Amino acid sequence: MSEAIRTEIYADNAATTKMSDAAIEAMLTVMKEQYGNPSSLYSVGQNAKEILEKAREEIASVINASPSEIIFTSGGSEADNQAIRSAAETGRKNGKMHIISTAFEHHAVLHTLKRLESEGFEVTLLDVHEDGIVRVEELEKAIREDTCLVTVMFANNEIGTIQPIREIGAVCRAKGVLFHTDAVQAVGHVPIDVKELNVDMLSSSAHKFHGPKGIGFLYAKKGVRITNLIEGGAQEGGKRAGTENVAAVAGMAAALKETASRMTENAAHMTEMRDRLIDGLIKIPHSALNGDRARRLPGNTNFCFEGIEGESLLLLLDDRGICASSGSACTSGSLDPSHVLLAIGRVHDVAHGSLRLTVGEDITAEQVDYMIRNVTEVVEYLRSFSPVWRDLMSGKTQFIL
Amino acid sequence: MALYSEKVMDHFRNPRNVGVIEDADGVGEVGNAKCGDIMKMYLKIDDDIISDVKFETFGCGSAIASSSMATELIKGKPVSEALELTNKAVAEALDGLPAYKMHCSVLAEEAIKSALDDYYTRKGINPKEQ
Repeated sequence: MSEAIRTEIYADNAATTKMSDAAIEAMLTVMKEQYGNPSSLYSVGQNAKEILEKAREEIASVINASPSEIIFTSGGSEADNQAIRSAAETGRKNGKMHIISTAFEHHAVLHTLKRLESEGFEVTLLDVHEDGIVRVEELEKAIREDTCLVTVMFANNEIGTIQPIREIGAVCRAKGVLFHTDAVQAVGHVPIDVKELNVDMLSSSAHKFHGPKGIGFLYAKKGVRITNLIEGGAQEGGKRAGTENVAAVAGMAAALKETASRMTENAAHMTEMRDRLIDGLIKIPHSALNGDRARRLPGNTNFCFEGIEGESLLLLLDDRGICASSGSACTSGSLDPSHVLLAIGRVHDVAHGSLRLTVGEDITAEQVDYMIRNVTEVVEYLRSFSPVWRDLMSGKTQFIL
Repeated sequence: MALYSEKVMDHFRNPRNVGVIEDADGVGEVGNAKCGDIMKMYLKIDDDIISDVKFETFGCGSAIASSSMATELIKGKPVSEALELTNKAVAEALDGLPAYKMHCSVLAEEAIKSALDDYYTRKGINPKEQ
């Protein structure tokens, strides 16, 4: 019996990752055998508590933190919300109501800041320039007497650019300002040492490093005052109420331990594959790579193709077994394309034609070549009946890229 | 559940009447690249009948499918019928569109109306007096 095997290349690892076997097994074991409530005093409960605390130790050690500095949350968004709210609360008490961030943060950060603005805070969003990288000098200049927080993402979720976190941390430390980083895309993929980087708070999400969805953590340096988002029991040092999702925490720890242990070799392979992909896609006429070519996450490729729209590109790539994403308005359900692409200066017309391919650790050169071939063909096909492309080719309008 | 109906995907994957009519009797273009959708319709009209229609579209899956379906709905029809094509008819013929994609069917209706306007302008006819 022969059956056509459908190609499936999962190239959307920035959206989520496939769970590792280690994570699934860790979760199954907990669900089947360690069903106790960690707050219960009998042994079934205390066994669950032990798993929870062992996971906390393992996670803390990956980023060189102390276990007591890790608060389990429902994911990256909650961690971002809690970190920013906490710093704002402290700031308000001290009469410091100015926050610095960047124009291309995740919405978990931007929308929290919007809310704080409506509560009287002033927010400065730093320019991220054409290369998608914050300038430390500009940050230094933006810090004021009343600045209570600097929040800059570790690596951007769309264009993958890695920010100068160490330098930002040093500036914040010197000026006595709290520094939070949304490291959702970075944890497990690039080395992170919170002490060396002078980070006060850091957000992370398990499903970005082969762990389960719905679980993440907030690192908060000892001494940083943390405000509750969820009131209730005394779980998580009284900072996050609700019976802990022990299975998910165990899954997160197992996933992170494995990912972190292979980080160097994985990064080397993914970087090689990413560069191969970039070299192939850049040959498409009137295309451009989004974000700095070198200072980006190992698996991230993000392009704009002039004259086409992203959603139709994604649908046709899906037909060819390629899972990708785009920053076009049509994929977001809003009228505007990605705020990240607009922040690096891409105009609406080309931002609609964006494609993000984020490869995983198991990507092969053959798969990369398959993606290059198919993206090239689909872009060419969509351009063949695009009135925008016709006008560009006939000289009626000018090429942007 | 899939994002789009089978009909939408069929018209998106195999769009009907794609292309250009060099000696068109009416051409209409609506939308703009800033918003991410542009549709261009070309009509050939003989004896008040739409004898041929072609389109070019820059846009998402439902924009391409809406253009394709709209051309199918007016091809071979009298101009008077084409003038009455509504976006609702386009969306229904596609077995529905997600709510936030309904504007794609509106664009298809507008593109056809714009091409017919052009046809009347070229002929020096005011359709309201017809």
